[in-house]
Amino acid sequence: MSELFRRDPRAEWIARNRLHPLHQTLDSGPVFGPTGLLRKNPHIIGFIGPNGLKRIDRSGASNDTGQSTRRTAAAREVVLPLHQVAEPAFYIVVVLDLVSGRLNGHDKDTLGLAQQLANRNNGGGAVVAIAFGELKDDSLDKTGVDRLIHLDGQQYASYNPEQRCNDLQGIIAELVPQHILLPDSINGGGDLGRRLAAALELRPACGVWKLNDDTVICRGSAGKSDITRPLSKLLLVMEECCEPISETRHESILMPQQSSQFADGKLFDHGNISVDPNAIPLAEAGFILSGGNGINDWPQFHHTASVLGATEGASRVAVDDGNMPRERQVGATGTWVTAQVYIAVGISGAIQHMQGIAPCDKVVAINTDEGCDMVKRADLSAIGDSTEILTRLVELVEHRKQTINEGATNEQ
Amino acid sequence: MSNDNLSVISLVSIGEHPTSRRPRRAEQDARAIELGLKLVGNNLQTLHAGQVSDDPRQQTALRSYLGMGLAEINLLEMPEQADAILVLAEHLKQQNSDIILTGVRAESGESSGMLPYLLAEQLGMAMVTSVTDILSVDEVNKQAEVLQALPRGQRRKLKVDLPFVASVDMAAALPRQSAFGPAMRGQFEATLGGIFADQESPLWQTTDAKKRPKRLKIVKAKTAADRFKAATAKASGGGGKVVHGVEESAQAILDLLVEEGLV
Repeated sequence: MSELFRRDPRAEWIARNRLHPLHQTLDSGPVFGPTGLLRKNPHIIGFIGPNGLKRIDRSGASNDTGQSTRRTAAAREVVLPLHQVAEPAFYIVVVLDLVSGRLNGHDKDTLGLAQQLANRNNGGGAVVAIAFGELKDDSLDKTGVDRLIHLDGQQYASYNPEQRCNDLQGIIAELVPQHILLPDSINGGGDLGRRLAAALELRPACGVWKLNDDTVICRGSAGKSDITRPLSKLLLVMEECCEPISETRHESILMPQQSSQFADGKLFDHGNISVDPNAIPLAEAGFILSGGNGINDWPQFHHTASVLGATEGASRVAVDDGNMPRERQVGATGTWVTAQVYIAVGISGAIQHMQGIAPCDKVVAINTDEGCDMVKRADLSAIGDSTEILTRLVELVEHRKQTINEGATNEQ
Repeated sequence: MSNDNLSVISLVSIGEHPTSRRPRRAEQDARAIELGLKLVGNNLQTLHAGQVSDDPRQQTALRSYLGMGLAEINLLEMPEQADAILVLAEHLKQQNSDIILTGVRAESGESSGMLPYLLAEQLGMAMVTSVTDILSVDEVNKQAEVLQALPRGQRRKLKVDLPFVASVDMAAALPRQSAFGPAMRGQFEATLGGIFADQESPLWQTTDAKKRPKRLKIVKAKTAADRFKAATAKASGGGGKVVHGVEESAQAILDLLVEEGLV
C-alpha cells in the first residue's frame, strides 16, 4: 500500500457541486444550519456491506467512505520521544551479555532496571552500556542505552574474563558509577560479575529480581528463599527483574575507550569442542531436526541428522508408530524445546506440537502440503518430497564441508 | 592418569533438599568429589568449614561424603553464622594446593556463588567456573586442560595455569552413591578455624521464596479491534518464505543454516 496521499479531483468536484446527485453522499466537513447549529447527517457514516446491510466500523480499520477523507490511511511508524541526558549527574553501568552480538531479553531487562535506577529520586543519571566484542544489534537506542562503551578487538572474540574484568575495573575507576549491573546469566554475565566483585572487594547482590525503593529482593538458597537486603553497588540481576524500555528512545552516544593492557591471564580459550548432538538434552538443544508422519525413510533421517550435527526430535505420531523413542517427542505432551533452528520434516503441525516449539527462533518446514499449520508458522518452507530434499541437502552440506576442508589444507 | 604429586582439595558443604529442606549431600559438591577422586584417587583431601552439629541429620549429610570412599574430612570449626571465606582462605594459604574444587553455589544461605571467586582472589589463583571435567594436568608446565559447560549443552576447552580454583557444574559426571559402612567408619579431623563474623547478612530479612509474577504480554494497541486481534490471533511466523522444487529447497535451507552458523 502506498503511503502517498492521492487527490481525487472528481470527488472534490462533486463536493463543490451541490446539485450533483452524489453530493449528499460525500462528507464535506461540518454543515451549519441557518440558526448556526451544527447539523450532522447520521446517514452518511458507514458503508453498505456485501449482503446489503449497512455496516459501521468504528475501529477505522476499513477504508469506507466515512473515513476516506483522512489524509493518511496507512499507519505511520510511531517516533518515540527522545530521552536525553546532557550532563549526567551520575552513571549506572550495565555490562551486556551480547550472545552472538545481539541483545537478548535478559540484557534488555537489565537495561530497564538500570534506567529505573537512573531516573529515581529526580533522576539525572545516565545508563552506560558496556559491550565487548562484536555488536550486531542496531536497536540499542530503543532499549535504554544513554551512553555506549564498545570494546572491540581480536581478544574479545574468545573467552577472556580476566581481560574483561581488568577493562571494567579501569572504566569503573574512571566513571565512578553509582551502580554496576550485570545479568546473572550463564552466558558470561554471572561469571564476569563475580570476578569483578572479587576484584573490587564489593559484596554483590546476586539473583536480584525486584527493586523496592532502597532495598532489593534476591533469590537465595539456590532459589528456595527470598532475601530482602539494602541496595548494593554491584547487582547481578535475574531475568524479568524489570520491564524493558519500550516507550522512549535514548541517545546511545559512543564514549571512546581503549582496552586496558593486561598480560597476566591464566586462562586460555581453546575453543568449543564438538559434542554428540544426541547427548544434549532436547530441551536445551540449539539445533533440532524433527521428523513426523511424512517420513518414509528413517535411516536417511538419522543420517541427515548426523551430517547436519542436529539433535533428533520427533512428533507424537512418529513416536507412537515406534520410529523414535518417547524421550525424543517434541510438543506440549513431550518436551518443550527452545532451539535456535528447528527443522520440521513431514510434520503438519498439531497445536500441541506448535506449543512445544513456540520459543524457537527459526522454524524450517519440509512438507508436501503447502496449506498446513507448520508452513504458516515456519520462516522457511520447502514444499516437496522430504526424502528427495533431505538427500539433496546432505549432498550440499557434505560438498560444503569438503570445500572448507580443502581450503583449510591449502592454507597450511 | 597418574597425578601422585598433585594436591587437590575439595570443599564440601551441607546441602538442602529443594522440597523437603532436609540437610543432604550437596549435589555440586558431590560432583566435585567425584571429579577429585577421578583425578587423584585416595590422595584427595576434603575440607568442610563449620561445626559438627548435634543434629543427626546434619551429621548424616556430612557423613554421606565419607561414604563416597573418603577416609576423612578435615573440619575447620567455626560458628554457624560466621564468614566461611576468610576462615577457608586462612587455612588454605598454608596448604599450597594445586587444585581447589568447589560447587558453583551453595544450596542454603545466601548462595551467591562468590566463594570460589573470593578464594581465588585471596590466594592469587586462577578461577574457572562451571567445570565439567579436568582432562589432563601437566605438572611440568604447570597447566591443566579443563572442560567448561556452556548453555545448550556445549563444552569449551580451556587451558588454565596451576594452581587454580574450579567450581564444578551440574553437568559434570554423576557422583557415585554413598555407602553406609564407609560413611560410618570415616573420620572427622577437626581443627579450630578463625572467627570472622559476617557483619552484613544478619540484618537481611529472609523469607521463603515467593512465586514470581508471570510477565504479562502487554499489548500496546490503540484501538479495541487491535487488542482483540492481538488476543485472538494464532501464532504465526508472518510472511515466511515458501520455496518449491528439490534443488531450490535444499539450497534455501543450507543458506539459512549457514546464516545461523550451524554448518
